[in-house]
Amino acid sequence: MLWVDKYRPVQLDKLTYNDGLTQQLKRISAKENVQNMCHLLFYGPPGAGKKTRIMALLREIYGPGVEKLKVEIKNFKFKSSSVDITFITSNYHVEINPSDVGPYRDRDVAQEVIKEIAQSHAPSNSAAVQFKIVLLNEVDKMSRDGQAALRRTMEKYTSACRFVLVCNNASKVIEPLRSRCICLRVPAPRDKEVEEILCNVYRKEVKKELPVEAATKISNMSNRNLRKALLMLESTYVKFGVVDESSQPQLADWEVYVGMIAHNILEDQSPKKLLEIRGQFYELLASCIPPELILQKLALELLRKLDDSVKVDILQNAAFFEHRLQLGSKPIFHLEAFAAKAMVIYKKWSIEFMEMCDEMDD
Amino acid sequence: MVPWVEQHRPSSIAQVAHQRHVVATLSSAVESGNLPHLLFYGPPGTGKTSTILALAKDLYGPELYKSRVLELNASDERGIDVVRNKIKHFASLAVSSSKSSSYPCPPFKLVILDEADCMTTDAQSALRRTMETCTRVTRFCIICNYVSRIISPIASRCAKFRFQPVSTEVMLERLNMIADKEGFQLPSDVTDALVNISGGDLRRAITMMQNTYILHGNSMKGQDIIENAATIPDSVILDLVNSCKYNSFEKIQSKVNDIIADGYPANQIHDWVMSKEAFGISAKSKSIICKALGTTDMRLTDGSDVTLSLLHLVSVIMQALQTS
Repeated sequence: MLWVDKYRPVQLDKLTYNDGLTQQLKRISAKENVQNMCHLLFYGPPGAGKKTRIMALLREIYGPGVEKLKVEIKNFKFKSSSVDITFITSNYHVEINPSDVGPYRDRDVAQEVIKEIAQSHAPSNSAAVQFKIVLLNEVDKMSRDGQAALRRTMEKYTSACRFVLVCNNASKVIEPLRSRCICLRVPAPRDKEVEEILCNVYRKEVKKELPVEAATKISNMSNRNLRKALLMLESTYVKFGVVDESSQPQLADWEVYVGMIAHNILEDQSPKKLLEIRGQFYELLASCIPPELILQKLALELLRKLDDSVKVDILQNAAFFEHRLQLGSKPIFHLEAFAAKAMVIYKKWSIEFMEMCDEMDD
Repeated sequence: MVPWVEQHRPSSIAQVAHQRHVVATLSSAVESGNLPHLLFYGPPGTGKTSTILALAKDLYGPELYKSRVLELNASDERGIDVVRNKIKHFASLAVSSSKSSSYPCPPFKLVILDEADCMTTDAQSALRRTMETCTRVTRFCIICNYVSRIISPIASRCAKFRFQPVSTEVMLERLNMIADKEGFQLPSDVTDALVNISGGDLRRAITMMQNTYILHGNSMKGQDIIENAATIPDSVILDLVNSCKYNSFEKIQSKVNDIIADGYPANQIHDWVMSKEAFGISAKSKSIICKALGTTDMRLTDGSDVTLSLLHLVSVIMQALQTS
């Protein structure tokens, strides 16, 4: 079992950071209030602990029975097509990911599947709480139509079920849905908090103290993403057998690879190099790294290496091509276009820089 | 739990808040028992659905309501098939002659198409003929946010009513009324925050009030409202804009990273140019910033990556502030 899962807190009391939020969750799940619970919307960056908090909240409401999970794949037939939808269920809640089926069919899912769940599936009679919870992941990835189809369903069936929505970006959830929920922001842990958690986990697992320098290094590299930090700690430990001041934390392979692409762009600006870079992009895409992530990482990597005066230019193009990539259907075009553009910008800048130096010499 | 929005919906047309013009026209329609097809449009939370439901209750009373009114909204399947079968079937049936004494019960049924701007144009076109042939026994009420999404043949068959955002005074009055009925006191800073954030959307204000009441009980503060409404506090934005003035790229990059890691919804940063004009910047820089805002907003709506878009926006702001 990975350390991330092994040391995931399962009770509200065990949550370590975001105390204000934990207090609110406790108030929602307190015995006298729980019947008044309304729909919840959790939003926050990845690795901030949204899911952990939700599962802890469910456990607080229904007791440990909620952790007995079943995974089912059901097939649904709509007018034009049929889709497989993965359900993760316990006796008390249902979890699905409506955006999985794609932008044109998530409306059908909202209208047929979610409505059906909301209408039926009464929780077992012994439960103290007379409603079930429908957990919808990645609501921000659903299309507008799909989200709109949820509106009335959320209002109509409040007596028998409550919705818990999870997303990264609250601004992509349409206003009518947001106004029907309590919006709970889950900020990522601060660097200090990440370090503390790393030290705790390391102490429990290895029975040794984690040096402060190593913890700081990992938390800096993880960019306040706790999941990433813990995975990095574990992989470093597995590789070296121990984590101390000198050990260099393990970056994911693809991140190292993107770093190489950035290096290539700056090394030589020629069609030949571009061809080489194309191969590298293909390699990344073939190992299922999401193209927007590649582009983002590449841009950040370039920003780190370049002079301030060209940064705005690079950013502008990165944002531009990332947008194109979202609209288009073939990522390689846009990745390569960005690489070429970055070469142009860098070349131009270095020529100007040379000229300036020459003038100064004269 | 019953949402307060449902519980305190007006039960007769006279109780509808704010929309005086609409209410006046419709109440005279109730008296005369004659009604055209209706098209309600306006921003969310201004009482469109409440008005038509109240009107239906006034017309038919609770007994006949079920058999005379068909309510369809975006969570129901509403493609062209439904229009051709279900709606047409309901609309063409003759009206039963049963009458309850205390209500006007005019001799027609009512079809309410809520959130009609989500209907496809095909489905809307299929409605056209149905609306005409069934006028004798059925009236349609079409409700939408954007009247431009309703095809013009439909719009021209209806009497149009525009619903205006609820004014501050009316909103205060309603909020206090509900708080009174639920038995708690509303502090003035809470009402201020509610009015500010909701921007004329009464439903949003009421839901936010209820949510915050559930979370904090009697001790709620204006700050809690802002926190639980998925908005970004002014101080965070001010901080970001201030960091632009140092003209250091590292600084804004770490600020942007922090904002994203804290999970604030990104596109609300856009509001600052509109709301905080007093930065003492030249018109030219303002227009540059506005242009970047527009581009970024479109990109975010199309689903672009937040980090890159936001960084780009902030770097443009930084440049613009420098030159002004």
